[in-house]
Formats: sequence, structure tokens, C-alpha cells
Amino acid sequence: MMRVAWLILRKDLTVEVRSREIAYTTLFFAVSCVLVFAFALVREGRAPEDGAAGILWIAVMFAGNLALGRTFERERQSETLRALLLGPAPRPAVYVGKLLGILALLFGAELVLVPLVALLFQARLLAHPFWLAGILATGTIGFAAVGTLFAAMLIRARSRDVLLPVLLYPVTVPVIIAGVRGTAALLQPELDGGIVRFWLALLVCFDVVFVTLALWTFEPVMTD
Amino acid sequence: MTDTGPGLDFDRVTVDGVSRHFGRRRAVSRVSFVASKGSIVGLLGPNGAGKSTLLAMLATLLQPSAGTIRYGAMQAADAPPQLRSRIGVLGHDLFLYPELTARENLAFFAALYGQRDADRAARSALDHAGLADRGDDLVAGFSRGMRQRVALERALIHEPRLLLLDEPFTGLDEASASALLARLRSLRESGAVIVVATHDLDVAEGLLDEAIFLREGRMVQSLPRPEGLRSTYRSVMAGTRQS
Amino acid sequence: MPRWFSPAAIACGVLFAASPFVIANAPFESDLGLVQKIFYYHMPSAWMFLIASMVCGVASVRFLATGNYRHDRTALAAGELIVLFGLLTLVTGPLWARRSWGTFWVWDARTTASLVSWMIACAYLILRRYGGPGSEKLAAGLALFGMANVPFIYISVNYWRTIHPPTSVVPTLPFSLGFPLWYCVIAFLLLFVLLLKLRVRVEEQQARVDALYLALDERS
Repeated sequence: MMRVAWLILRKDLTVEVRSREIAYTTLFFAVSCVLVFAFALVREGRAPEDGAAGILWIAVMFAGNLALGRTFERERQSETLRALLLGPAPRPAVYVGKLLGILALLFGAELVLVPLVALLFQARLLAHPFWLAGILATGTIGFAAVGTLFAAMLIRARSRDVLLPVLLYPVTVPVIIAGVRGTAALLQPELDGGIVRFWLALLVCFDVVFVTLALWTFEPVMTD
Repeated sequence: MTDTGPGLDFDRVTVDGVSRHFGRRRAVSRVSFVASKGSIVGLLGPNGAGKSTLLAMLATLLQPSAGTIRYGAMQAADAPPQLRSRIGVLGHDLFLYPELTARENLAFFAALYGQRDADRAARSALDHAGLADRGDDLVAGFSRGMRQRVALERALIHEPRLLLLDEPFTGLDEASASALLARLRSLRESGAVIVVATHDLDVAEGLLDEAIFLREGRMVQSLPRPEGLRSTYRSVMAGTRQS
Repeated sequence: MPRWFSPAAIACGVLFAASPFVIANAPFESDLGLVQKIFYYHMPSAWMFLIASMVCGVASVRFLATGNYRHDRTALAAGELIVLFGLLTLVTGPLWARRSWGTFWVWDARTTASLVSWMIACAYLILRRYGGPGSEKLAAGLALFGMANVPFIYISVNYWRTIHPPTSVVPTLPFSLGFPLWYCVIAFLLLFVLLLKLRVRVEEQQARVDALYLALDERS
């Protein structure tokens, strides 16, 4: 199964490298998001308390929503998702392949967003890089795991562009809370390891539970 | 070569009283026929007759609401995922990634279907399609006929036992259409089970071993070795010809 | 309709008609006074909200596992009841809170988890309405995810709130569970069952009409 997932990932990366459409648009959108928040929230050159953490995660989630929509729209246009489902590979392999592709995209965006947010909001985001990487990674995986399933589910639904955020955001509330609070804890002058470890543990649990659920429901949800 | 498990080397596909409805709308109603090894079955009918739905069910993408589909002795419902490795589909939408080259498309699907040497398979597929020199061009730049050829090779790259084609002659010129006909005939010789849905009667003339006429989801008539398809079609659809 | 439906409906009507009197005769809670009376409607609504969520979640799982549309109909009916009782809870709650805590809304674990669950239920109904054909399975998937989410929401909001001192002290249940409360719980439970049965029946009739159309189509 991982062989197929890897195949799909490689194919998606090839397609993306050729056109770079989703990468550029998602990145640009994420940066604009951050700028809009900067204009909205920064007063007299100072950002609100813990604002940086919130803004980072909101930008990631909005950008992720966009990326998910575009990725599956592309599959929809040539009905290639159907072609993937026609293959002998177990259906969850298709899910994993798409998930890895989305993760690659979002991690790339975060590589740009973190320094940008740190810069614009004078936030010491890079003070504890490993903790930050952990929180970002687990939170992004949680968001992408649910998002990939929902986006695939909606591929043949009407109003799919608007339905994705409607479905996705309420279900990923724990990710927002844990991600933002965990990142904010890293911004405190004195790092309270206990808090960060708690949020990290919560995110890991969320990821395990929801990736498992997604793998289980992908097949029944995608077959008519 | 692909590995086939036991029972996956079926010699016929049996459609038995298959129906499918979407809510209130009945798309396919109690259709029955048998497609044997080394034969070409045609699904003929106007748009909305249920041809695509029937093909989707044969491809295991949709489940029938009633009736069964059997591959050899095995019921579709009991079939393992490996069954899909014995089925090739040429859909109306061609299932090709426009941002990849022809070679990359073929190699990807070859690998997806478990072919051991995907690159070699891709190369021979390109030769079959007569596009060996365009192998490294993006599919987005191909004409409809060329895309069709690549798509057909994509459907055949894993040497399926059952080949399903949905409106394959749409938008093809004379030369491409006769090339496709020749290809289908040679596939029939090699023992494939072929089911073609089309409303292009002139091209299908003389190709079919059996013609299933569908209208509004119902099987109006089934004729072995039909001649003079166009007039036969008209009379069957008008209800003047009885079995 | 099953035979118990009409008598049950009458009983439910009577219970609700009499409820203001039962509540009015309940002993006053000294510190909260008249306002505490809202709680007699708020608590049972909250419990029905919870029960509806469980019914919807279980029915969705069964639908995904078996593909039997009977479970899908139950899930839909329960989904609508989640939104209904949830709305009732989320409206009566702040009315009570304003009087006793001084503020309409508090971001504590229970209230926030309820709000988010309610929003997921609304999303469920939006998906079923606007998702087009075939959205039953998708909605079942959403319901499953929503149900699995509840502990996570609860834990995350709980921890989030405890590290920030709350703006007002959130008290535990301010009064003992007396007769009026159980009376209202029974009334609401009866109402829940009646509404569920009614809604499922509407869907069953709809399915039967569709089947008739199909059979008619077949015949011609």
C-alpha cells in the first residue's frame, strides 16, 4: 500500500513542479493573509499579546483550505481520481498519497510563514525550533488528515468550494486551540515545558485517532 | 506481467438482472447479458440510456441496486481489490493527467497496476500507439485523437481481461477510428472480453459480436452479430422488431 | 403510525401544558430566585441535545458499515433534533447565565464544546441539503468525525481555560435534582422520541414514494 501512496505522491510532486500553480497561489495567499492581519491588528507598531501564534495558524489553515480545494479540483477535471480508484490498489492508499502531497505543500508554506510572522510581529518564534517544529508538524497533520478526507468526499458534491470550510473548521477546532496555545506557550519569556508537552500530546492523539478514522471511512465514503 | 490470483482469470462476465437507481430516477433496469472471452459486446442507445452507468458497474465503481454481476464464477460483491487489475477502462474523460508527458502518464498507470517494469511497459505502449516520437511531450498539447490513443494504451497497459470503452469513437477522424477498430479486433483475437458503449453506429458496423440495445435504462433487444446496424437500430428503437 | 403515538403525543402535550405550574410550585432557590426556573427547561434540552448526538453518531456508523438506508434516515432525523435542542440549550443557557453569572457567554469547556458540536450538526444539515445526490454517505462520515471530536474539544477547551483565569467563577449545579427537573426531563424525552419517530416516518414515506415511482417506471 505504501508503494502506491508513494507513487501518487511522486506523481503529484511532478505535476506540481511542472506548473507550480498551487504552490505559488497558496504561498501568495498565505502571505497576503498575514499582511491583512498585520494591518488589522498591529497598533503603533506593536502586535497584540500572543497575536503572532494565532495569526500563524490562521494563515496555515486558510492556505490549507485553498490548497485542498485546488488539488482535488485538478483531479476532478480529468476524472483522474476515478482512474486512481479503478486501480487495484487498496483505496486508503490513494488517501495516504494525497495526504502526503498536501502535507508537503503545507510544510513548505510554513517554512516561509514562520520567519515572516516572526519578523512582522516581533515574535520570538524561532527561540525553540524543535518544539515549534513538533507543534507545527502534528497540528498540520491533523488538519490535513481531516481536510484530505473531506475534500475527496466532496469532489462530486455541489457547492463543494463552500462546503469544505463549512465542514472542516468546526471539526478541526481542537487543532486550532492546541496549535495556537502550544505556539503561544513557546513565545513566553520562560518556557513552560509542561504546557507545551500537553498540547503536543493532545495533537498526537488527535492525529492518531483521525488518521485511523479517515483510513477506515475512505473506502465506504468514496464508493457509491 | 501481472500476477493473477485464483479465480481472477475469468472467461466471461455475466450481467444478471442488474438495476441501478439514483433516488427516484432509474438509470438501468433489469439488464442481463453475457460477455464471453474473445468477443465484443456493444451497448447501443441514445444519450441517457444507461450505457455509462452499466459500464461503471462493470468496472466496480458503482454497485447495482439489484441483480448481480459475475466475473467467471465470482460475484462482484465478493471480489478482492485485485479484480480491478484485470479490468481496463477507457472512459469518456480519458483519465490522463494533462500536465504529464505521455510516457509519464503510461509509466504511472503501469506502476499503479503493479507492472514490474513500468518504463518498459510505457515504451511498448507508446510504440503500439504510434507515438514513440511524441512520448516526451505533455499530453495537454495532444489532439483528441492522439489523447485517445494514449488513453487506450493506458487502459491496456496491464493486459486486462475485461476492457470497457465508453464512447471511444467520439471526435475521432477516419484514420484514428479505423486504427481503433483494428486494435479492438486484434484484442478480441487474443481473448479479451470487450464491452463498448457507443452511439456511433456507422463505425461499430461489423465490429460487434452482440448488440444490446438500451433505451431509458431498459434492455429493448439483444441481437447476435447484427448487420446493417443503422436500420436495425431504428427499427428496434421504434419497437417494430420483435425477438 | 404505531399505536402508541397518539396517546404519547397527548401525554406529551399535557406534560408541557402543566409544566409551568409544576415549575412555579418548585421551591425557590434563595440565591438565584425566579431566574433559576429557566434551568428546568435548559437542563433537559441539554440532555436531549446529547442524546440526539449519540443517536446520530451511532446511526451514521451503522449506515457506513452496512449501507442500510434505514440508519441514514434515523441519522438525519437525529441530526435535525441536535440542531433543535442545541439551539434551545444555547438560547436558554445564556438567558440564565446573564442573571446568575452576570454575563451572557463564558468560554468554559462545556459551553464551548456544546457550541462547536452544534455547529458541526449545522454543517451536517447544510451538507445534506446542499451537497447534491450521494451526500448521505459524506454526511455520515462527517457525523462520525464530529462524534469522535467531542472528547478532544472538551479536553482542549478545558485546558485552555484553566491556564487563563476565568472572568467569572463558574458554579457547579446550583440546586438539587428535584421533582420538577425529572418531570421536565420526562416531558422532553417524550417530545424527543415523538419528534424522532415523526421525522423518520416522513423520510420512510418519502422513500416509499420513490420506490413507487421506480416501480411505476418499471411497469410502463
